[in-house]
Amino acid sequence: MSDFLQFRALSKGYPGVQALADVSFGVARGAVHGLMGENGAGKSTLIRLLSGDQRADAGDILIDGSVQTYASVRDAFEAGVIVIHQELQLVPELTVAENLWLGRFPARAGVLDRKRLLSEVGARLRDVGIDVNPSAKVASLSIGERQMVEIAKAVMLDARVIALDEPTSSLSSKESEILFSLIARLKARGTVILYVSHRLDEVFRLCDSLTVLRDGKLAAHHPDLSRITRDQVISEMVGREITNIWGYRARLHGEVRLKVENLSGDRLPRPIDFEVRAGEILGFFGLIGAGRSEMTRLLFGADSRRTGRVVIDGRAVAPDSPPASIRAGLVLCPEDRKHDGIIQSRSVEENIAISARRLFSPFGLVQPRKEAELADRFIGQLRIRTPSRQQDIVHLSGGNQQKVILGRWLAEAGVRVLVIDEPTRGIDVGAKSEIYALLYDLAAAGMAIVVISSELPEVMGITDRIQVMCGGQITRQFERAAYDEREILSAAFPDTRQSLP
Amino acid sequence: MQSLKKILLGEQGLVVIFALAFVLVSITVPNFLTERNMLGLLQSVVTIGIVSCTMMFCLASRDFDLSVGSTVAFSGMVAVMASNSTGSILLGLLAAITCGAIVGVINGVVIARFRINALITTLATMQIVRGFALISSDGRAVGINDPAFYDLALTRILGVPAPVWVMGLFFVLFGFVLNRTVFGKNTLAIGGNPEAARLAGVNVVTMRIWIFALQGLVCGVAGILLASRITSGQPNAATGLELSVISACVLGGVSLAGGRAAMTGVIVGVLIMGIAENVMNLLNIQAFYQYVVRGMILLLAVLLDNLRVSAATMSRR
Repeated sequence: MSDFLQFRALSKGYPGVQALADVSFGVARGAVHGLMGENGAGKSTLIRLLSGDQRADAGDILIDGSVQTYASVRDAFEAGVIVIHQELQLVPELTVAENLWLGRFPARAGVLDRKRLLSEVGARLRDVGIDVNPSAKVASLSIGERQMVEIAKAVMLDARVIALDEPTSSLSSKESEILFSLIARLKARGTVILYVSHRLDEVFRLCDSLTVLRDGKLAAHHPDLSRITRDQVISEMVGREITNIWGYRARLHGEVRLKVENLSGDRLPRPIDFEVRAGEILGFFGLIGAGRSEMTRLLFGADSRRTGRVVIDGRAVAPDSPPASIRAGLVLCPEDRKHDGIIQSRSVEENIAISARRLFSPFGLVQPRKEAELADRFIGQLRIRTPSRQQDIVHLSGGNQQKVILGRWLAEAGVRVLVIDEPTRGIDVGAKSEIYALLYDLAAAGMAIVVISSELPEVMGITDRIQVMCGGQITRQFERAAYDEREILSAAFPDTRQSLP
Repeated sequence: MQSLKKILLGEQGLVVIFALAFVLVSITVPNFLTERNMLGLLQSVVTIGIVSCTMMFCLASRDFDLSVGSTVAFSGMVAVMASNSTGSILLGLLAAITCGAIVGVINGVVIARFRINALITTLATMQIVRGFALISSDGRAVGINDPAFYDLALTRILGVPAPVWVMGLFFVLFGFVLNRTVFGKNTLAIGGNPEAARLAGVNVVTMRIWIFALQGLVCGVAGILLASRITSGQPNAATGLELSVISACVLGGVSLAGGRAAMTGVIVGVLIMGIAENVMNLLNIQAFYQYVVRGMILLLAVLLDNLRVSAATMSRR
């Protein structure tokens, strides 16, 4: 079997962990190959070895039958292997063309050849069907367009293998579609695409073949993806059967808990109204830029409001400040955990105690024993996997970080409304189910929960009611009994007549 | 070899290096380990030591304060002039501390409320306040009228000069504040991630103003002790103090990126700076070389810290 890209008995260990153990598989020329696995399964390590960033302890990477011995990212470029990471590596202050030429500017005696700089790029961009102005500054482009530029860079370098690491994690559905058609064109040119993703839908739609990693080992290799089911892949990733990751449980709803009237702000000019009952899980769905996260931040007081009133159990919340919202029992688990959620340099314990400690610190004096008890209680209750409460939070996986933030809020005695923005972004399947189960428990205990998500299956899977946002407004509402994927999606698109697949 | 590396790169690496250096210097440098020299050494680091306490909070919350040297000089000036004109030392001291605190509050409000970069803001106040010190004294030193003022620096308790006691007290006090109060924990949280701290309910703006206000107030105390020691208000006193203080903090493992700080580290940092200077004086090394040595110590400390971080990262993965 002459696979174009081959991994042969690849192993890589870091002190204390065998990140990759004896992994072998191959990918045929012109194939889009999926690489899946939970966080920590070894995907990133494999990608790092492929990119030339790190060297394997044992084993080989073969391209077109020849063993690659490159020792740096530059060597890998030369060999035609390009990895496009989640964090894009473009210089925002330079133009598209300059970025594409970076490192090997066309020049005559040290003077830039501006004509060639632009013309060649223009040709290449047209060639792969990327619609971006070569003289635009990268800073002015959307995330989706920047990713296109990264891919164009790979094409400029005549890449034979392109690895994409979670490419759609920050793209809107529309941008994702553009990416998918680009991948199809690259595939037609014979490029091998290694597609790393958490999203089963995408993998099943795009990929020809699939490899599943688990705990650094090869869990399964499927040369033909059309012959297996999604549930099969999930159980291969988790190592156990998960029949229904949502595990939705119906609940009784009580009185109106949260009432939002006339809420608006600078980035959400048109006022919004809605209410949530005790025990209810309300979902907000919309495309990127629909105003969901802006609404969330206004609701919590993270951004200042122009107009609006937030009422919890009949009492108005003092406007515009996170501390006031927290005291009134309204808390937020933010969308971007790394930027807005965790305090990276501090321990799990401190991240849990940061807000609630005011309740048990007389005269501002910290009570170490009480904080330790609090931390241990939530580490146990939420099953946070950490070596100890003293561990720095950055070393935890995404799912466990999310649980720490939930613990931070549950430590507040009187939370009545929990707002959770993208509850499971970047979180693996096993931890997802645990977080959903926790949300059902909290709702059953009478909390009103607002879930914001850009993953439609998730919103449909776990909520009792959905409000769809588009262009900064709530366009439609659906009760659980009337959930319909096509209708929800069409309410989310700016132009409802837009054709849907 | 492996275990040596572990010790040097571990949490207490700096303390170990400090202890080793101390022993080495005690053995090799004559007159170093005498009571007289030790007290002189401690007295020489009083200003740096006191100001480092609050600079630690400033750096730990991801801020920066360049105005400390000017504030120390200005408040020393105010202490002397106010006590001379009112005839009351107590009033002079209160005036000095108030002036220091006012400078701090102004820094804090401009930086936290108006969101101006801390480096720029304090660079500006550094010059403005130095200007005030020069204007108020017409550029000349102002002598102290009441000899009781000298006693602040001369009084000895259990054989140790009062300023050293004040410094020790501040070390204990601010160590406690950092580790055992909500204020300290919130400072570290803000430095670790300001936006996350804000969304977790920490009032970031108020906290930052308080930190700068404290810094100014503590500069006031340092200014008083310095004026008392040099028996006058000197408008050019404490030039370059900001750099020594920041060096001491960084030596002590306070991260410039915020979120990490420890009082013991800062104390060791202060002592290392003091010992280096003291030893060079004892060995009659020309003062010019001291700049080079101080700079090199700082570079080495930062490199060591860098090694430590990457060692920690390696063992984690």
